[in-house]
Amino acid sequence: MSERTGAVRTGLAARGVRSAWVLPASLALLAVLLVLPAVIPPFFTANILGRAIVFGIIAMSMTFLATYGGFVSLAQMMVAGIAGYTVAVLVPGAVPSIVGGVPYAVAIPLGLLAATAMGLLVGAIAVRTQGIYLLMITLALAVGVHLFIQTNIAWFNGYEGIRNVVGPEILGLPFRNTYVFYYTALVVAAVLYAMVLYVVRTPFGLALQGIRDNVRRVNALGYHAALHRIAAFGIAGFIAGWGGLLATFYNIGISPGTIGLGATVNILVMAVIGGLGHPIGAFIGALIFVVFDTFAADLYDRDRFNTLIGAIFLAIVLVSPDGVLGIARRLGRLLQRRPAAQPAEAPR
Amino acid sequence: MLQVNGLDVHYGQAHVLQGVTLAIGERPLAVIGRNGMGKTTLCQAIMGMVAASGGEIAFGGAQLRGLPPNRVARHGIALVPQGRRTFPSLTVQEHLVLASSGARGSWTIERIYETFPRLAERRRNGGTQLSGGEQQMLAISRALLANPRLVIMDEPSEGLAPVIVDHLVEVLRRLPGEGMGLLLVEQNLGVATDVCEEVAIMVNGRIATRMPSAELLADEVAQRRFLGVSSGGHH
Repeated sequence: MSERTGAVRTGLAARGVRSAWVLPASLALLAVLLVLPAVIPPFFTANILGRAIVFGIIAMSMTFLATYGGFVSLAQMMVAGIAGYTVAVLVPGAVPSIVGGVPYAVAIPLGLLAATAMGLLVGAIAVRTQGIYLLMITLALAVGVHLFIQTNIAWFNGYEGIRNVVGPEILGLPFRNTYVFYYTALVVAAVLYAMVLYVVRTPFGLALQGIRDNVRRVNALGYHAALHRIAAFGIAGFIAGWGGLLATFYNIGISPGTIGLGATVNILVMAVIGGLGHPIGAFIGALIFVVFDTFAADLYDRDRFNTLIGAIFLAIVLVSPDGVLGIARRLGRLLQRRPAAQPAEAPR
Repeated sequence: MLQVNGLDVHYGQAHVLQGVTLAIGERPLAVIGRNGMGKTTLCQAIMGMVAASGGEIAFGGAQLRGLPPNRVARHGIALVPQGRRTFPSLTVQEHLVLASSGARGSWTIERIYETFPRLAERRRNGGTQLSGGEQQMLAISRALLANPRLVIMDEPSEGLAPVIVDHLVEVLRRLPGEGMGLLLVEQNLGVATDVCEEVAIMVNGRIATRMPSAELLADEVAQRRFLGVSSGGHH
């Protein structure tokens, strides 16, 4: 038993799940999510699954940084909001119209560009910090941008935010159509999820994981560790940007409240509940969060939602520091009755 | 190939390297010495991992002192660090992909697996699931895959079983034929003299002397003086 402890690690340092069944399981899940709307009411499709996917995308940007880079960034909701606000400011029909007149086909790439740039900026500012200091810097950036947007009337319409951002028409159908929204979110999430799984296997992604283990060693191999870290924040910004766009279209607008401290903490809670070991954890966490967010009122009391989700958060984190994914992994190991990490038996 | 001139390193008040001067050519050179003499610091200073306070490091016409480790690596120097330092989260295969990315030369991942069949068997295992010998093979492979002009190895035989050390020596002896320079830092006199025909002896942050391996092996007085050991055992 004792020689196994070195390989079995938990928490942020946990090595990403890379079992052979990740790809088949992911494809099976995608298939289920594709047909599920046929058998569940539209309310569930949009307000539970759809919303969970959108939040999951933003949480996945945090999970990507935490799992493969070891950076817990609290700026991801803010970065998502940058994409949402960029589009809201630009598109026609938004109330109030600030720039207006820029078609969605142009505004959406600009929004993603803005989120990626903001991600890179956060990364550049935070590049030398780690652990609690990284947490504080990204939190400060998130709160700072939130307060700036909330008090700036000329560009962001301050506290009121920007309404009537209806989203693009897809195949001639309005975005607010439940199924247009749901399937768009699902496709975007699936592509971004696949992108994360691909990126972490490239030399760039491997260098990122190496940096988490030992920065000096990666530098000595000839890699510029700081640039890799900043680039990782840029990728996370791009991912979060998609989430911000979808959330803005879903809410038909954006206001400072959606990117405030509360929203930032919610994303953190989702990522941790799901588990910072694999990008799928973000979606699991988001689904659990959204289910309780939606039904807390029926179960208990609307005003006590935070108490309820806080208790669930504590329960999961106490039982399993690496979230639902960690519970699943341990169950799987028990069922298999085969040690996941075989101790080395070779002669030394 | 590598010319170190009057290299100084301070750790706070401690003057760890005191004007080290060392030239390495095509033939492998071993640096030996007791614990705490500055051997590891010398490796790290050449690699740019610790800041040198004075002196020069010239390599193939370029001045390396003051460059960060990633730039030193790009000039064609690779370090196999003491204690191996493999990445816990990467598998064997991933280590090799990471190390070979962007490099061209005679060492490829396939060739590594031919040279170290044990690594091929363990290609899906994580860096911490390997035995000490396997980790050392991986650390050496990681350096070779960069196809450097000079490999610096910091006590590669440390903590390995004799049979693994023999395999290691065999691999190291083949490197000079590849046109790859080797600076081998060792405490194990047998390994140092088996691999290199020449040894430099480090005492208190300086290169005390440099002599052919055969000469040191024959000179028990020098062995006792510089290493505190002789081929007959501990003094």
